[in-house]
Amino acid sequence: MSDDANRADATALTAGATHRRVSPRLALGPLAYYWPRAEVHAFYDDVATLPVDVVYLGEVVCGKRHEVSFVDWMAIGRALATTGKEVVLSGLALPESETDLRVLRRLVGNGTFAVEANDMGMVRLAAEAQVPFVVGPHVNAYNLATLGLLCDAGAMRWVMPIDLGADALRAMIPLPLPVEVFAFGRLPLAWSARCFTARARDRAKDDCGFTCCDDPDGLSLATLDGEALFVLNGIQTQSARPSSLANVIGEAAALGVSVLRVMPQARHTVDIVRAFRDAIDGRVAADEAARTLETLTGATRAGYWRGMAGMGPRVESRP
Amino acid sequence: MTRVPAHPGPRRVPELVCPAGSLPALKAAVDHGADCVYTGFRDATNARNFAGLNFSLPELEIGIRYARDRGARVLIALNTYPQAHNYAAWCAAVDRAAALGAHAIIVADAGLMAYAAKRHPDLALHLSVQGSATTYEAINFYADRFGIRRAVLPRVLTLQQVAQVVAHARTEIEVFAFGSLCVMVEGRCQLSSYVTGQGPNLNGVCSPASAVRWSETAAGREVRLAGVLVDRFAPGENAGYPTLCKGRYRVEDATGYAIEEPVSLNTLTMLPKLCAMGVRAVKIEGRQRSVAYVAEVTAVWRAAIDACVADPEHFTIDERWDARLGRLAEGRQVTLGVFHRSWR
Repeated sequence: MSDDANRADATALTAGATHRRVSPRLALGPLAYYWPRAEVHAFYDDVATLPVDVVYLGEVVCGKRHEVSFVDWMAIGRALATTGKEVVLSGLALPESETDLRVLRRLVGNGTFAVEANDMGMVRLAAEAQVPFVVGPHVNAYNLATLGLLCDAGAMRWVMPIDLGADALRAMIPLPLPVEVFAFGRLPLAWSARCFTARARDRAKDDCGFTCCDDPDGLSLATLDGEALFVLNGIQTQSARPSSLANVIGEAAALGVSVLRVMPQARHTVDIVRAFRDAIDGRVAADEAARTLETLTGATRAGYWRGMAGMGPRVESRP
Repeated sequence: MTRVPAHPGPRRVPELVCPAGSLPALKAAVDHGADCVYTGFRDATNARNFAGLNFSLPELEIGIRYARDRGARVLIALNTYPQAHNYAAWCAAVDRAAALGAHAIIVADAGLMAYAAKRHPDLALHLSVQGSATTYEAINFYADRFGIRRAVLPRVLTLQQVAQVVAHARTEIEVFAFGSLCVMVEGRCQLSSYVTGQGPNLNGVCSPASAVRWSETAAGREVRLAGVLVDRFAPGENAGYPTLCKGRYRVEDATGYAIEEPVSLNTLTMLPKLCAMGVRAVKIEGRQRSVAYVAEVTAVWRAAIDACVADPEHFTIDERWDARLGRLAEGRQVTLGVFHRSWR
């Protein structure tokens, strides 16, 4: 992390307590979908020119996906780092096998970048190697006692679980480490041993044919009356509609949020990043940025932030 | 693979761990041969926070005495995740469990584990399935810091992967053997909270009954959860509870159970392998099920474990066991689940 970034995090840490307003940094989360290698490289070539401060790289969803190797991710990371961006290597959310653990050990031992731990196994590996780590959104860190333990283990930042909101965050101030929130993207709702993409295509998981590579934004699942509900992405289930905190950027900043995370999508990522950048920098009102994104992407305002159901309040269509 | 004897003990017999959502269920489990019975307080500190279920303090006192007098042990699940506003209540629940003389508490939250380890060093800690520890590295994180005695594995690992965990974890390992199947990793599922605002991690509930609406329509009998259509049943079709993962949906051109069909896990046939690899306890799911269910499943599994231990090489499944368990299974269908690779 650069010194500037460290200072920004350190200042933001106490901002909630002192009501000093510091602009959050903007992060691009790890790519959740399985894209062909050339497309991944092209995507991150573009990211190098985008106004994001932090970029998370790596495969979080499925240990079998192999289009982009560790060596590729490191090369992408080094290229991004030369543009002044903080690079973090993200680990699998659901490691199961010894092979998966080897992948996590390799990430922890990369020698250059911090890592994002998305399960307690990787937390342990990072702690033992004394490598600073971000507590990813898939680690169940819901309270200060748990955060204290993670700090002792070497945590440098905490990505708040997606189902916590403003009140929960407020009740935890002052925090022992900087906080990042999931600010835009299809919510990562659930994980399974089972691959639902393979199931939808009548394939066994062991012989999946990497069919998820056909779905650059995941596979849509709708209710029987046609409401888009979830997106299937291999062993991960996401919300169908992106969840957006664009309208509450100011509130998040006032609560001391250090980093806002937006997630890569096959479409509109550049527009999403620019809308957040403009709102953070005050060039565009947050409400206007939020409306722009809702029109462009079908995003909903995050219910979780307000302590409600993640999909927000809905009017029942029938009695 | 060399097995590291991480927890040398006199017995290689897996303990039978049975559910109880009420005092009569606890007694039924003990009477029918459970080694351990797991329970919960009547609040959101456990992942079966359902109306009419679980134990008051006096009931647990009676239950613990009943079990102890008959050589069985009682575990208390405190396996939801406390937040800042209710953290003290979860700590108080740990204190209550210790004061009651519970054999162990089953905990998911690392912070709460730290509290219990510090305040009640003699109270055994089990890592809950809600802790989502799928590797020995994750389990050993808790073992390093809190000296947990046992970890319950999420229902995502193959037999080979379970063996790997048993070989390298510095705790006893417990696996799910029978009951309803969460297709999602426990502790890693927000489907219910996304739709209803209430979920397993923070509220101890899944697809809560208060959000369920049934209606008869021209297209069939519909069931909605917080307004979201989860399933539609033809006349005469067996209508199940609208858990989001077990609903019928459209994906591409197909309509059906896109995530999971309603089936139950039954691993009876794998019992000799689980014993041989050193799995220390097998767990029956179903604190929300009836006293009759607990009695029946406990009796069958007691008989099976005893037969397996007496003569593991000639262990066979008694047809009557299968028939009895089959009647109790959700959807009347059973699966080996993820232990059997093809399921994945």
